[in-house]
Amino acid sequence: MSQLQHKVETTFATIPKKESLWLDAWKRLRRRKLAMLGGGIVLFFIILAVLAPVLTPYPYDGAELSQRFIKPMEEGHWLGTDDLGRDLFTRIVYGAQISLRVGFLAVVGSIIVGTYLGLVAGYYGKWIDMIISRVFDIMLAFPSILLAIAIVTILGRSLTNALIAIAIINVPTYGRLVRSKVLSLKEEEFIMAAKAIGMKNWRIIYHHLLPNSMTPIIVQGTLGIATAIIETAALGFLGLGAVPPTPEWGTMLADSKDYIQLAPWTVIFPGLSIMLVVLGFNLLGDGLRDALDPKMKQ
Amino acid sequence: MKEILLKVEGLKKYFPIQEGILKKTTGYVKAVDGISFEVKKGETFSLVGESGCGKSTTGRALLRLIEPTEGKVLFEGEDLISLGDVEMRQRRRDLQIVFQDPFASLNPRHTVQKIIEEPLIVHGVGNREQREAKVMELLEIVGLNKDQAKRYPHQFSGGQRQRIGIARALTLNPKLIIADEPVSALDVSIQSQVLNLMKDLQKQFDLTYIFISHDLSVVRHISDRVGVMYLGNIVELAAKDDLYEQPMHPYTQALLSAVPEADPDVKKERIILTGDVPSPSNPPSGCKFHTRCPKAMDICKQVIPDFVDVGNEHYVACHLHQ
Repeated sequence: MSQLQHKVETTFATIPKKESLWLDAWKRLRRRKLAMLGGGIVLFFIILAVLAPVLTPYPYDGAELSQRFIKPMEEGHWLGTDDLGRDLFTRIVYGAQISLRVGFLAVVGSIIVGTYLGLVAGYYGKWIDMIISRVFDIMLAFPSILLAIAIVTILGRSLTNALIAIAIINVPTYGRLVRSKVLSLKEEEFIMAAKAIGMKNWRIIYHHLLPNSMTPIIVQGTLGIATAIIETAALGFLGLGAVPPTPEWGTMLADSKDYIQLAPWTVIFPGLSIMLVVLGFNLLGDGLRDALDPKMKQ
Repeated sequence: MKEILLKVEGLKKYFPIQEGILKKTTGYVKAVDGISFEVKKGETFSLVGESGCGKSTTGRALLRLIEPTEGKVLFEGEDLISLGDVEMRQRRRDLQIVFQDPFASLNPRHTVQKIIEEPLIVHGVGNREQREAKVMELLEIVGLNKDQAKRYPHQFSGGQRQRIGIARALTLNPKLIIADEPVSALDVSIQSQVLNLMKDLQKQFDLTYIFISHDLSVVRHISDRVGVMYLGNIVELAAKDDLYEQPMHPYTQALLSAVPEADPDVKKERIILTGDVPSPSNPPSGCKFHTRCPKAMDICKQVIPDFVDVGNEHYVACHLHQ
């Protein structure tokens, strides 16, 4: 008997102490080199953006016509200067602030609205689902950039309106994701158990459905920041985003495209920045998907 | 005669079969097709049958986890089906359920403490300390360790999880617990532990159980009275000993003949049923069992047999005993 008791105690002792699912996911993420590389790239740009005023002595909008088209690594300009003599490194660093902020805020906006609509559509079903899902279908039927152009045209050209447009066009992505997750969760026994306890609908939605739908949202959100950054740049390039002299990367590309032969660095560096950030978020997002997928769990 | 706690009258649950883009209803799956029974206070009433016979649907329809199509569920004389949303939520304190799959019935994102505490929060019982004390008490009652309260469900074994599920059902001091195959997902050695726990709890808290299972030996161990279901109907209902010793309905007889006997010397006649269970969307006419019944007569194909008392509260729906 004492032997048996001892055995029981040891098995309890080997169960790890409080280990949440998030900690578990982080451990798995850390083992993925590509994801960590992506995370590193993202972190690098975040640090650039935050430290922008410290990193560079130049203003991002001060035109200095005597300093036009200085080549990279000459006269104290690491990445050279553009057609108005502005330091390119300075503009890219401040551009990182804009791209990251717009990308992040647009995704947060889409997630909040999309998640809410998806939860309601998935949980209540019937005609509410009908209406919400059909609106999503209509929005997804347009090429998203076309829809964004239309929204910016209505609201007027500005960075804020570009952000709003990008947030709106991405709502269906998250809405559908959450809806499909809720549809499968709704049949789970723990949701039945919640009903059996006598829980109100809102409590089931916020305490049980929402936390269990967060994983795909986080993954999609990370990948979505990349998309949102590209869309911001695309709107900027088309002249529908940031207004000069705002150092938005897409706008910078558009402004410099006429000098691509004379001063290729004015196009290469903003383009490279967009590519790197997007790559970073995509690698991180892919890694997160693998790390958070419970089916991957041993 | 004991007091009747729950009385079910003509309970039906039809699931519509919808086809095409317009969701036109082309037929119904008659999962539960008009069943009636009574559950007495303090007893264990079991529903047995093969998979797909509607026993789980019955359990869920009783609690309105799926809305019944028709019928009455009188709990302490009050019809649950006619209650409004708010009243029904209040009433749920008295009726709880333990689910079959201990891996699916606990929210993976909540700690054990939160899972057991949540019913109290929902019904506004006690303050934080009182609730925590109650959780610790319940953990102890179901045989779990207090230190395990902060852990997540995935850190427990199946048997331990089922204990957590039972603790959650007990939290609100219910009068009736519907146990929907509570041990069929567990190892045999763990099954008996959980069954004995349920029996102890029944004595301790004066609980009434509706026990849903396909396992006849488990049912024999725990029940007072047993109802045998086939294709959405109860075909036979009797006290446990009556049913196991003198089964009247050919279906019950066939079921019981399939139970393995521990003693190899006992010669038992096995009744082998041929064919599959017919589709509940298109059940046979007359007695639904006539397509597989070894004793089927002409009348069975045309007339639905009445559910009659053949004495000693032994009910059977079969033309052999009308």
